[in-house]
This record gives sequence, C-alpha cells and structure tokens, in this order.
Amino acid sequence: MTDAAWGTLSNQAVAAAAVVYFLALLAHVVEWSSLRQTDRAMVVVGPGGGEVPARPTAPRPDVERQQDRVAVFGRLALLLTGLAAAVHLLALVARGMSADPNRVPWGNMYEFTLAGTFVVAAFYLVMSRRYALDWLGPVVVTFVLALLMVAVVWLYDATGPLPEALNSYWLVIHVVSAITATGAFTLGGMTSIAYLLKRRRGDAPETGIWARVPSLEKLDLISYRIHAFGFPIWTFAVLITGPIWAHQAWSSYWNWDPKEVWAFITWVVYAAYLHARTTAGWRGRNAAILAVVGTLTLWFNFIGINYFSSSSQHSYASAQATVRNEPAPWVHSG
Amino acid sequence: MTATETRPPRPAPERRSGELTLRELLRWTWRQLTSMRTALILLLVLALAAVPGSLVPQERVDSLKASQWKDAHETLTPIYEKLGIFNVYGSAWFAAIYLLLVVSLLGCIVPRTFVYARGLRAQPPAAPRNLSRLPSHAAYSTAEPADVVLERARRLLRRKRYRLRREPDGPAVSAERGYLRELGNLVFHLAVLVVLVGFATGTLFGFKGGVILVQGLPFANSLTQYDDFVPGTLFDVDGMDPFTFTVDDFDVEWLTSGPRAGMARGFSADLTYTEGPGEPEKSYDLRVNHPLTIDGTELFLIGHGYAPVITVRDGDGNVAASGPVPFLPTGPDLFSFGVVKAPFAEPSQIGLQGFFYPTFANVDGTPVNLGGNDVNPLVSLTVFTGDLNLGSGSSQSVYTLDTSRATELKGPDGKTLRLNLSPGETAELPDGLGSVTFDEVVSWQRIQISHTPGKNVALLGVVLALLGLMGSLFIRSRRVWVRVTEGSDGTLVEVAALDRSGGADTDAVLSGLVADLQEEHR
Ligand code: HEM
Repeated sequence: MTDAAWGTLSNQAVAAAAVVYFLALLAHVVEWSSLRQTDRAMVVVGPGGGEVPARPTAPRPDVERQQDRVAVFGRLALLLTGLAAAVHLLALVARGMSADPNRVPWGNMYEFTLAGTFVVAAFYLVMSRRYALDWLGPVVVTFVLALLMVAVVWLYDATGPLPEALNSYWLVIHVVSAITATGAFTLGGMTSIAYLLKRRRGDAPETGIWARVPSLEKLDLISYRIHAFGFPIWTFAVLITGPIWAHQAWSSYWNWDPKEVWAFITWVVYAAYLHARTTAGWRGRNAAILAVVGTLTLWFNFIGINYFSSSSQHSYASAQATVRNEPAPWVHSG
Repeated sequence: MTATETRPPRPAPERRSGELTLRELLRWTWRQLTSMRTALILLLVLALAAVPGSLVPQERVDSLKASQWKDAHETLTPIYEKLGIFNVYGSAWFAAIYLLLVVSLLGCIVPRTFVYARGLRAQPPAAPRNLSRLPSHAAYSTAEPADVVLERARRLLRRKRYRLRREPDGPAVSAERGYLRELGNLVFHLAVLVVLVGFATGTLFGFKGGVILVQGLPFANSLTQYDDFVPGTLFDVDGMDPFTFTVDDFDVEWLTSGPRAGMARGFSADLTYTEGPGEPEKSYDLRVNHPLTIDGTELFLIGHGYAPVITVRDGDGNVAASGPVPFLPTGPDLFSFGVVKAPFAEPSQIGLQGFFYPTFANVDGTPVNLGGNDVNPLVSLTVFTGDLNLGSGSSQSVYTLDTSRATELKGPDGKTLRLNLSPGETAELPDGLGSVTFDEVVSWQRIQISHTPGKNVALLGVVLALLGLMGSLFIRSRRVWVRVTEGSDGTLVEVAALDRSGGADTDAVLSGLVADLQEEHR
C-alpha cells in the first residue's frame, strides 16, 4: 500500500470508529431508557398512597422483559465500544504507516488526540469488568466521540515526517506514558464527577442509571485506585522522561515552558488530591473536586494552552514544526 | 482526672505566663505549619502561583517575547514588573511558597522518620477486645479445637508475609504487614527535597547561553562570545571551561515532496573542538537530540539559517563593511530578514535591510520563496543613508536598523530602490554613494551552550521519588486479628481486618482469609 492509501485508510477508519461509537451510544440510550421503565414498573402504590418499591420477589413478566432488554443492550453497547476501539486502533496504525518513514502515530495535536481518546476507550474496556464500570459506558463513549470530532474538525493535519526535535526514542517512552496517564486520569475524573453528582442527589431514590452507579464509598475507592495507578505514570512522564528528553533536544531539562508549567500544575493538583484523601475534612467531596480540577488542568494542558501561549517549545502545537530558529536577541553593537 | 489538675493552683508570675503563651503560640504555629491540611493548601497555592508564568511571557524563558509583550501592554507592564510576573519562577513570592512547603515537609517528615525507625521492630498491636467493633469483621463456628485454628491462622498469615505478634495475646493471633509502605512514603517526600536541591544547584551555579555562529568561524568559550547569556545567581565566570570549537561543515536533509516539501528534516554540524589550550583537536557530529558534552558544559544544535556574505564599498571606493551577516528566518522555509550596517562609510553611513530567499522564484511578477534549500539564493535589499543612530549610547541590536534619522534611497522611477542580487552580483548605488556586492552565502548555526550542575542529583531524586511513590501507593498496609473462643457447641472464630492505607477493599481480604481458614479444614 502506498503512503497515501494508508492515510486514506486512517481517515476512513476514524470516521468508521466514530460511527460505531455512536451506535454504542445509541445502545446505551436504549439500555438506559429500559432501565427507567423497569424502575417505573417496579414501583407500586403503597398503603398510605405513597410509592414504595415492589418486592423483588414478585416477578412480573413485563419487568423481566425490560430487564432482559437492559442486559442485551448493555452487552451490545460494550461489544460495539470494543469494535469501535478496534477500528480506532486501526486508524492509529494506518496513520503511522502513512508517514514516510513509518513512525509512531503521535507527532501532532491531531494524532495526540486520536491516541489519547483511544487510550481512554481501551482503559474503559479493560477496567469495566474488573471494577464493574459498565455504568460509565455512556459517558466514556460520549467523551471519546466528542473529542474525535474536535480532532477531525479543528486539529486535522496531513501526515508529515516527524520534526527533527521529536525524532527520538524518547518520543515513544515519554508520550506513551503521558497518554497512558492521561487516559487513566480522564476515567478517574469521570468517576469523581459521578461521585459528586451522586452525593448531591443525597437520599433521592436510586432509579435508572443511578441504581447501577456504585455506592459513594465504592466510587471513592475506584477513583482513588485509578488515580493511584495514573499518578506514578504521570510522574514518570512529566518529571523523568520529559526532562531527560528536553535536556537532549532543547538543552535545558526544565525551562518553565507553558507545557511544562501545566504538566507541573497537574502533577501538584493530583498530589493534593492524594493528600486530600487522608486529610480530615477534605476526603470525599473535596478530594473528588480536586480530582476533577486535575482532569481540567490535564486537558487544558493537552489542548487549551496552545491557544493561550505562543512561546511553547513544544512546537508540534504549531505548524512551525522545526527546531527553534529564534534570534539571538540583544547583541550589543555600536 | 490527672494528678496535676488536683494540685492547688499556683499563681504564676505574669512575665512567665506571657512567655508561655509566646511559646504556645510558636508551637501552635509550628503544628499548623506541619499539618496535613497546611501541606495540602500550600500545594494548591503552589499550583495556582505557577499559572501566571504560563500566560505572560517570561524574561528568562523568552526575553524577546517578554519585551514584545511589554511594548504591547503599557499600563499593565509597570504593575506586573512590581509583582514579578515576568519572572514568576524566580520571584520572591514563588520562592516563599515552596520554601514554606519545604519547611512544612521537613517538619512533617523528620518526626515521622523517627517514629518509623522506632516502630520498625515493634510488634503488631494486640487484638482489640471487641473485634466486631471494627468495620471489617467476620465470624464462623467450627468443630475444630481452638489451638488448631490458631495454629493454622499463624501458618497462613506467615505465608502471606504478615509479621506476627510474639508476645502473649490471649487466644488470638495479631498480624501486620506492609511496613514498607510508610518507608516508601518517607523516601518519596525526602526525595522531593533531593530534587529541589539538585534543581536549585543548577539554577544558582549554572548558566545558559546561545550564539549564532557562522560556519567556519571559531568560538572560544568566554562571556564576550555569547549573543545571549543567562547566568545563575552564584555563577562563577572564572570557572568557565576553556574549550573552543568551529563548525566546519553543515548538512541539511531537505524534504522534496509531501506537505512539508521545502522544509528541513535532518541537520548535522561537523564540529572540531579542543577542550582547552594545548589539548588535542577532536571532532563531533552535532545533531538535534544529540548534544556534545565538554567537561561539564554541553553544546546543542538548536537552529540554523543563512548568512549572505555582503561587501559594501563607500563613495571613496573603500570597503566599508564585508563579511557574512546572519539573516534571521521568519519561518521554516528559511525566508529570512537581516540588516547590514556600514557606519564608517564616507561620505555618509550606509545601512541595508531586506530579505534573503534561499530558493527565489518569480511567479507572475511576485517574488516568492519555494523552499529552505539554497537552490537559487537571492538578497533583496533597501538602502538607507545618513545617521544610523549608532552613537546614541543605548545599545542596538545587530538585527535591526534604526532608520529614524536616515533616508531611504529612491530609484530613478521615484519608488523605493530595491537591490535584487544573486551571488557574485554587484549593484552601484546612486549619487556615487558606493556599491553593494553579494559575494556568496554561507550557513550559520545556533548553538545553545549550557552548564547545569546538579542535574544528576535531580534525576536521582525523581527516580527515588518514583520508587518511593510506588511503594507508598501499592504496598498495602493492614492489620489482621484472629480470635478463637471455645464454647459448648464448638469454637467461635472471629476475624477482623483493618486497612491503614485507605485504598483497599478490606472486605475482600477478610473473606479471602476466612475462606482460607475454612478451606484447609475440609
Ligand atoms: C513538596 C510537597 C509535597 C508533595 C509533592 C507531596 C506529595 C505526596 C503524594 C503524591 C502522596 C501520595 C502518596 C501516598 O498516598 O502515600 C503523599 C502522601 C502523604 N504526604 Fe505528602 N507531599 C508533600 C508535602 C507533604 C507535607 C508537608 C506533609 C506533612 C504535613 C505530607 C504528608 C504526607 C502524608 C502523611 C502522606 C501519606 C498519606 C497516606 O497515608 O496515604 N506531605 N504526599
């Protein structure tokens, strides 16, 4: 296959993946609405006129049918998400093959976003069994879909060879770890938001999807585990491989470049999150808020900072993707 | 009631009590400073304080951008300057935050280290009287005799690498594991300090400088040779390594097809260098991502461009300026801008400014640059005569021309005179002012030179921090108790677990343990 053919394949695979993610979302919507109907069917009018849930021991055919629907569509959604992620992976591989010479598919913002969203989807699939995360499906799929659209509409860039400064094996080590941590933190942000929403509902009846969201305690634990997984990887990416590479490419291992600053801010916020979980008065709600702040700084650094600051050496964010050619400014003469 | 409180109150002299409250105040302040909550808030403040430096250009990061920003924001600049917004990461208030954090960290970690060291040989605490009070507990009854169950529990827990309590414990086993967790946490926090020390060493004693060096011209490592130079606060100029180097040859690999055609892909500079006077000459292939280390100083290739060699003759026919003049690229295609100054030209000073096209083409009357390779080089210059304002005392960049007191030369058609020259061509200036020759074009390289002591200390620090962090996050620290009570209808076995790390599912541990205890029986 020619490079151009690979490129076309990659673009088509992105579109196909988006379609399948969308189908997965639809399946989740059906699952969700069936869940609500099950809840309604299960509520009967109690003696005092108030609503009380029917005893689960009274099987009713319509309820059972609804429950079957929930299960079938839930499984279908997961299956579709898996399929979409596979096509997503194909898009990444084809993207790498379309470059001359072939390379890792993360050399510019478009590709970073493609890879980052893939990791989010993949993590969700891997962890959904272990942590019973299937309730998070609609959120994950919506998120991935939305970012894929952002990537295609705003960030698209033709495949080019890597700029010289990116051409290093550190590109593999540094970016893989950064994207892995980003994927994990993103999921952690979602579970933390779920925690906050569930907490706000207080004693409201647990119906629909809320009945499937784990207890507050469990949500807190899941969030912590995800963050505890992501934090050392982020540390490795931002404070070890990043500086080593920056030292090689730009002569200074830490230069307070805006990307570095925001990576540091993100790191400090997550360190604060880990502290908050062990500090009276901060665990639970405040810790979850910090986790969400962490996710925001993380994604701001990933995409947003490029639009606020132009002095970044992380030149992949701009078209001017060569080494810096900036002038040696104030030379005294005359 | 403690004994002290039953003693008759003794009136304390007033001065003493004042001292006491001061001491108390200090102690209270210290306790506050070293509390978890303060550490948490300081961390958040640090994160917040780092923000402005990413939005406003920093003098030490990009001085050119910073000064442009200052020119564009006249009202904000003096305020920001007072607040140190142009040098956030070197400002006093930023330092105050992280120094407070360091003090807090020391105050927190040092006592904990002693506690940890003392507790290292301590035994797991005896079983609480009422195990069912613990959040995670279970019980079952069995026909087995009590000591059999206890013995099995001991074996099981030992196999799971728990430390067992040796002192008498009644009819119970007390066990604990995960001592390394706290060690990991301590190592992590201490390593943060190591990183800070390494980082500070580099900032204080190191330097960072850059030079645009025309190919073939030698560089000797001394202050005067640098174009820009940012020394650390305690940097010692006399300690600079006395090396010299020259770029003999420079190779660029150009992209000829694809969306980035005309731009460069690979660069390499052939360097000869000596480590000091009298040392043998060595050579090195300097590339991006492939720096050269000479003693403790490192050289990096970070950019390149073209330097047209231009000769200016004045009205008397004397050479008023000659040599390669680095033009600065305006983009990745190396379309560049530059100026030539001939201050000693007679009868009046001559200044040239304009563009350099590596691959010039005339497309329907519009001059364009087709790529960065010097396939068809051309300079396009306008000419100024008069006073170039070089004597005004304030220093002037060699890359800009002050035309405020000079006049622009016009062509015969009354429009701005533009000299378009290919290599080897000469243009005569009107009114007998002289001539301009574009002799040839050579390349220049931008070499970044830096000396960063302490960088290995910082690296060691972060690696230690990561290891400690993993220990701290992934080692489970928990206590387990098993108590047996013999009754008339068999033995009651109570099991309880307590997780000390706050991230574990003790229920799962507990049920696993109970299952194991029962399993072996069957
Ligand atoms: C430079 C500033 C600091 C950073 C970057 C930092 C970072 C961290 C991180 C990432 C953790 C999580 C690891 C774990 O859960 O074991 C942690 C835990 C901890 N930190 Fe800090 N910390 C800092 C300062 C402090 C200070 C000043 C204190 C004392 C007040 C402190 C006390 C603790 C304690 C007690 C834990 C253990 C929490 C637990 O048992 O899980 N830290 N710290």
